[in-house]
Amino acid sequence: MFTAVILFTVLGSLLGLGLGWAAQKFRVETDPVVDRIDALLPQTQCGQCDYPGCRPYAEAIASGEAPINQCPPGGEAGVRALADLLGLEPLPLNPDNGQEQPRRVAVIDESACIGCTLCIQACPVDAILGAAKRMHTVIEAECTGCDLCLPPCPVDCIAMVPRQSPWVWPQPGQNARLAASANVRTAQAGGG
Amino acid sequence: MNDSSIRVTASPHVRSAESTTRIMWSVVYSLAPVVAASIWFFGPSAVLVLLASVAGCLITERLFGSVRSSLADGSAMITGLLLGLTLPPGFPLWMAFLGGAFGMAFGKLIFGGLGQNVFNPALLGRAFLQAAFPVAITTWPSKPESWWTLQGDNLALPLMSPVVDAATEATPLGNLKFGDNPVITPLTDLLFGTTAGSLGETSAVLLLLGGLYLAFRGHLNWHIPVSILVTVYALSGLFYVIGISQFPPLFMLFSGGLMLGAFYMATDMVTSPVTNKGCWLFGIGIGALVVVIRIWGGLPEGVMYAILLMNALVPFINRATQPRKFGSPPRRVAEKKKEGGP
Amino acid sequence: MLRDAMDQAKLAGATLHNFHGGLQLRHNKRISCELPIERAAPAERFYVPLLQQSGQEAQPIVAAGQHVLKGEAIGCVEHLGSGYLHAPTSGTVSAIGTHPISHPSGFDGRCVVIEPDGLNQWTELHPVDNWQQADPDVLRQAIRSAGIVGLGGAVFPTAHKVDEASRRGIHTLILNGAECEPYISCDEMLMREQPASIILGARILQRAVGARRTVIAIEDQMGAVHQALQHALRESAAAEIDIVKVTTIYPEGGEKQLIQVLTGLEVPSGGRPTDLGLLCQNVATATAVARAVTEGKPLVERIVTVTGSGVRRPRNLLTPIGTPISVLVEQSGGYADDAARLVLGGPMMGYALASDDNPVIKAANCILVLSSDEIRPPQPEMPCIRCGECARVCPAVLQPQQLQWTVRHGLWDETVSAGLADCIECGCCDFVCPSHIPLVEWFRHGKSELRRLEAERLAADSARQRFEAREARLDRLKQDRRRRMEEKKRALGDGQEKQKRIADAIERARSRRQENP
Repeated sequence: MFTAVILFTVLGSLLGLGLGWAAQKFRVETDPVVDRIDALLPQTQCGQCDYPGCRPYAEAIASGEAPINQCPPGGEAGVRALADLLGLEPLPLNPDNGQEQPRRVAVIDESACIGCTLCIQACPVDAILGAAKRMHTVIEAECTGCDLCLPPCPVDCIAMVPRQSPWVWPQPGQNARLAASANVRTAQAGGG
Repeated sequence: MNDSSIRVTASPHVRSAESTTRIMWSVVYSLAPVVAASIWFFGPSAVLVLLASVAGCLITERLFGSVRSSLADGSAMITGLLLGLTLPPGFPLWMAFLGGAFGMAFGKLIFGGLGQNVFNPALLGRAFLQAAFPVAITTWPSKPESWWTLQGDNLALPLMSPVVDAATEATPLGNLKFGDNPVITPLTDLLFGTTAGSLGETSAVLLLLGGLYLAFRGHLNWHIPVSILVTVYALSGLFYVIGISQFPPLFMLFSGGLMLGAFYMATDMVTSPVTNKGCWLFGIGIGALVVVIRIWGGLPEGVMYAILLMNALVPFINRATQPRKFGSPPRRVAEKKKEGGP
Repeated sequence: MLRDAMDQAKLAGATLHNFHGGLQLRHNKRISCELPIERAAPAERFYVPLLQQSGQEAQPIVAAGQHVLKGEAIGCVEHLGSGYLHAPTSGTVSAIGTHPISHPSGFDGRCVVIEPDGLNQWTELHPVDNWQQADPDVLRQAIRSAGIVGLGGAVFPTAHKVDEASRRGIHTLILNGAECEPYISCDEMLMREQPASIILGARILQRAVGARRTVIAIEDQMGAVHQALQHALRESAAAEIDIVKVTTIYPEGGEKQLIQVLTGLEVPSGGRPTDLGLLCQNVATATAVARAVTEGKPLVERIVTVTGSGVRRPRNLLTPIGTPISVLVEQSGGYADDAARLVLGGPMMGYALASDDNPVIKAANCILVLSSDEIRPPQPEMPCIRCGECARVCPAVLQPQQLQWTVRHGLWDETVSAGLADCIECGCCDFVCPSHIPLVEWFRHGKSELRRLEAERLAADSARQRFEAREARLDRLKQDRRRRMEEKKRALGDGQEKQKRIADAIERARSRRQENP
């Protein structure tokens, strides 16, 4: 009886030490949860989620204040990723916040621009260049397509156009487009 | 180019003539001599038992399999044949049928069909039969006078136990382990199959031939049977020499289901490791388990459980034996780097 | 460790090594080696795609209606150390418009269309005088302005590679004459017919990058080539060049595999041959370099193998870039009746084209017309049975069956750690797969998907940074404003003094108003 107690005490403390050592040795360093949520958000900074940017929304999610379905640019895939991270059920996108749509980029009609700088002040990522009474232009690479420059423009000279996405090798079996176009083109070549 | 047959396809534009269907059917063909031998030794009973288990597999695959996995790929045929070959000749047909259906449904289809299963479906079917009908599956009727006589109680009605005939005989393994006056069956009998035993387990020579044919065609990874057989021989030899076991090593090799298991069950591509290193480990594990179960287990034979146990370990073996990718540093260097930091 | 590897790499070619996997394929090269190289027939119109080298599209620097001479620059690329495109013949630029561009996507792209005037007149050429004494910088500049890209198929700008090599310092130049893919014979024919220019190009490249020696690797099945090169080598009296025969196993002509065969070393994952002190160039690239330096001629033509049992008279043709493929097929006897696929490149890695309107580009080493009995019959894809055959043949020692699974299910982190980036898309796994899974297509899809995701991630990071920088700036401005307000308030002082100052200020303002109402 006594030996058993001693045995198990020793065994227990040894195993405990071992576990403690392992926890130290194999500890996985992780970012704070806000950073990890922020990393999943699309960084459009559009404010459609009712927060003034992606980071504030990430903070709101982390504190449990906001649901995960308020980010239309992130879309359903974004909601799923957030749900995975936080161990929640994926929700459908909240339609009050807007619709998911392809990525876009703002283009300023430079002949109509009056140089009022209002859009420059509205842009959350400083992607519009220009000065007062001078023509403005959008840095295409930096534009997130957030639409925030549209409302302040007094002459409605900004348009959102779909962003040209780079060509992605299609999945096998989804090459039908190629085959179809091929036949059309050979038919033309044959005729000419 | 005026030819409208020109089409756009992805590279490579040439490929080898090999196909999964061809591999499967060549396994089936390689079993032909063994099947013929089992009919030669056991008569019409062998035909009936094989047909019943094949029917169980085919019908289940047809009924519950997805559209993609058709009967034509031959994998259900293999499962049925292999299961049938592990059954004793006097086995009731309804049980054989049930075993095939169970193996197919729970060994393969439930995982998602061809290529997805963890366990060898034929062995899972047999494990089910062993658990459900322990007596029927270990009853080896004596040779009847006429080749034409059915053995045991093949035609037992469904859900009925077979009538156990008084005239039974022990398998070489069972005899040596549990027999009242154990004898070591002569090696020639083991090699040519003139012993009591399951349908396909008896003739070691024919199994070896079929296995060699498959290895020659590149359809089985020779590392697996070689490592199994070498391990069994070495371990049982060691135990025999130091006097722990009464099984001589050659007897160990050629008795029971070892040959069938080593060449046809363990080498099932789906349920065996991918890398050669993994195959060595897998084979050694099976061999060791076979020896342990045969010597110390409660059963005369251990091939089935040995393979099923190792099947369960395959994902881990695969993960542990990932080869070093081209251009990546040796594992030790990589770990040192990780620890030391940049 | 790396130092040892460097020393070992210096012995390149002394002993031959093996690489993992690979396939022994039907060679099929002899059919196109029977006729000597001939100049391609002049085309009625040349279509020079602006997207030719890996990376970005060139900007046209000519306008429609302009007359150009052969070798005149018509496009400029600001990517990877910049490069140029040149007119393949003299004539008039009739348009800069969209046309098929021989791109794997099958999309049309912008082309400079040139109507030849039939004179084929060269522009003013500026060869480098006396290259033996020339500054290596000058040689590299000549390579850059000649618009030379790797002619083995990767079309990576040679100038960029050479610059990097000379910056990092290399000891051995490897000239790759081992065309690994079946059917393609343009390099073999080039080495047989113009061995002297290859030796010359090797010596120039060697000087341009400061290498001490050169190894020319050829396949052991190219009998005549070895003699021709040996002969040219003796003529040139260059001592520091070795010719090494390597065993013909696909894909030993791949850069990494060839280096492994010659040195026994692996190019580090994500690294370059320069990490081992090596530079690998195709033999055709070497001749292009020789022409660019000694004659001042830019890269406007290349040797193209037209072959396969889908053409009646397979051969090699010296073809100006931009020539429509139909011209070459015509000159090779036209299509056979059972022609079924038009492939740019070889049977393992080439991509099928939709029509022969597509022009010859710098990457076009081979026009392969396969007949219906040469191509793989369309077979339904079956589930993977984990036979492991793909892993056995993979020269990059990957596990294609696992990789395919992670790509298919979009498990991108796992895909990266399983080594998708190390896949060289050689097609061995695809070739042997008994379940007919389009492995390489999955890998190409996965690679481009990963590139897209990476670009998106970078864009998001940049947006995050800019957003945070802006927030910080706005915050700073707000603080500044508040501080200024406070300073003003403080300057006013408190109590009576404040009242007095306000009263003074009001008084001042009033008196000023009275002075000039």
